[in-house]
Amino acid sequence: MKSEKNLKIRIAKSRLLFASVCVLSAITAIPLIAILGEVLLKGWHQLNWAFLTQSTPDPYQAMMAADAGQPVPGGIANGIVGTCLMLLVASILSIPVGIMCGICLSEYRKSKLAVVVSYLTDLLQGTPSIIIGIITYIWVVVPMKGYSAFAGSISLFIMMLPLVNRSTEETMNVLPPSLKEAGLALGGSYWRVMLKVMLPASLGSIFTGILLAISRVAGETAPLMFTALGGAAVSWNMSKPMAAVPLLIWNFFNDPNLQSLIWGASLFLLIFVLCLNLLSKRIAKKWKIY
Amino acid sequence: MEDILNPILEIKDLCVSYTSKVMAVKHVSLAIEKNSITAIMGPSGCGKSTLLRAINRMHELYRNIRVTGEILLNGENVMEMEPNEERRHIGMVFQRPNPFPTMSIYDNVLAGYKLNGIRLPKSKKDEIVETNLRNVALWDEVKDSLTKRGIFLSGGQQQRLCIARALALRPDVLLMDEPTSALDPIATKYCEDLMDELKKQVTILIVTHNMAQAKRISDRSIFMFLGDLIEYDDTETMFTHPKDPRTLAYLNGKMG
Repeated sequence: MKSEKNLKIRIAKSRLLFASVCVLSAITAIPLIAILGEVLLKGWHQLNWAFLTQSTPDPYQAMMAADAGQPVPGGIANGIVGTCLMLLVASILSIPVGIMCGICLSEYRKSKLAVVVSYLTDLLQGTPSIIIGIITYIWVVVPMKGYSAFAGSISLFIMMLPLVNRSTEETMNVLPPSLKEAGLALGGSYWRVMLKVMLPASLGSIFTGILLAISRVAGETAPLMFTALGGAAVSWNMSKPMAAVPLLIWNFFNDPNLQSLIWGASLFLLIFVLCLNLLSKRIAKKWKIY
Repeated sequence: MEDILNPILEIKDLCVSYTSKVMAVKHVSLAIEKNSITAIMGPSGCGKSTLLRAINRMHELYRNIRVTGEILLNGENVMEMEPNEERRHIGMVFQRPNPFPTMSIYDNVLAGYKLNGIRLPKSKKDEIVETNLRNVALWDEVKDSLTKRGIFLSGGQQQRLCIARALALRPDVLLMDEPTSALDPIATKYCEDLMDELKKQVTILIVTHNMAQAKRISDRSIFMFLGDLIEYDDTETMFTHPKDPRTLAYLNGKMG
């Protein structure tokens, strides 16, 4: 009799626990689903070919259209080009530095210097982006006497660096030491073993880390406000101010005539970041070795 | 025991220490006969793997390990050679099969050349791959899937691939660190038969936990205990008339 009662209590406990797990999962999932739903509902009818290929309208045009009760013309092509260009330059700068630094940190993980650098990396990762923007303004914009896409890239580079660094270091730490020993036991020189055995073995995870870093900084607005500033037309000149999608969202928010463009731009940014995330997950799964 | 007539490897007063106080290998001196199989036995922690890894200077990868003494390969002191150069002459097979995960079977066999920056014409490459895969009796199993990655093979096949990879550089000595401990009995049997074949080309030094294996395959045996070389003799003599009581205890399963 007693054991039967005991069993009932245990089943009840198990059910309670399961129910609470469900509730907690829902609490985690609801914000994302709500955000996606809201942005999708408001933005999807804006997101069309013209929106992606035309530049932001100037305020006067927008005002005229708004006054006439017509939909606001134009789109976010300038922002898309700007975001992609700045991300590209930031990646070109941060990937080699981050990967090499990550390898060094992993190889010399017992040395004091590596521990300090590793700690500093964590701190840099936690630095508020607006501070990185201000610092880049003082370091790059002021000496170069003007806002530029290059300065924007530098601020994004500073934000990406710890992310790439960390993911590389963690990946290299996971590789079994027997792999390096196998390479060296064949008489390979240290750098050849690193380049031809260790790096290829961790490439999938490093690539995942890079994509996540890109998706993380793609939506950064604060550091770009002080550096890239923004621009109305599509620009390929890195030494001039340049638009970016998150900057455009901020501009649209501030201009009452352009507010109808906010949701299209937001939806685009959200899809862009989600796609990068999904892609990185796929690659992580497909290229997984260890 | 009789003197080694034709030594390929001579170790003189070798000491290895991990910390300043404890020595893992204590003043070991021995000579290894060319084209023979020598088994190193002993209970866990006796220093057998440490001794083996000292021979191709694997310990130099780790800062805290100190190695002193002399190791002569064909009369030349390997401690004075470039480590890369030395490791080309002294190959190694590890406890767990560790083919390079990103390389195909074909490239795994040629990895030694790749990592040494040696370029070969395609015909020479094909020849090396085929010869060495035949050497380890893997050719017939993989000849149609040479471009597949090595990690898709079974454990025993992977280990044979690793042996082929080590042999491809035509080393003088092959060090094997418990090469069959991660394999099933059939794969183990395969590898043992293989070693017997291979000793025509290469001198084999094998660390093993498994006394029966040492008895089956080796010409000479070394028994180590707590970092000391206790006994070194013909395998048959050692298994039938061990001189040291500690060897006897180990062989009777009363130790380790």
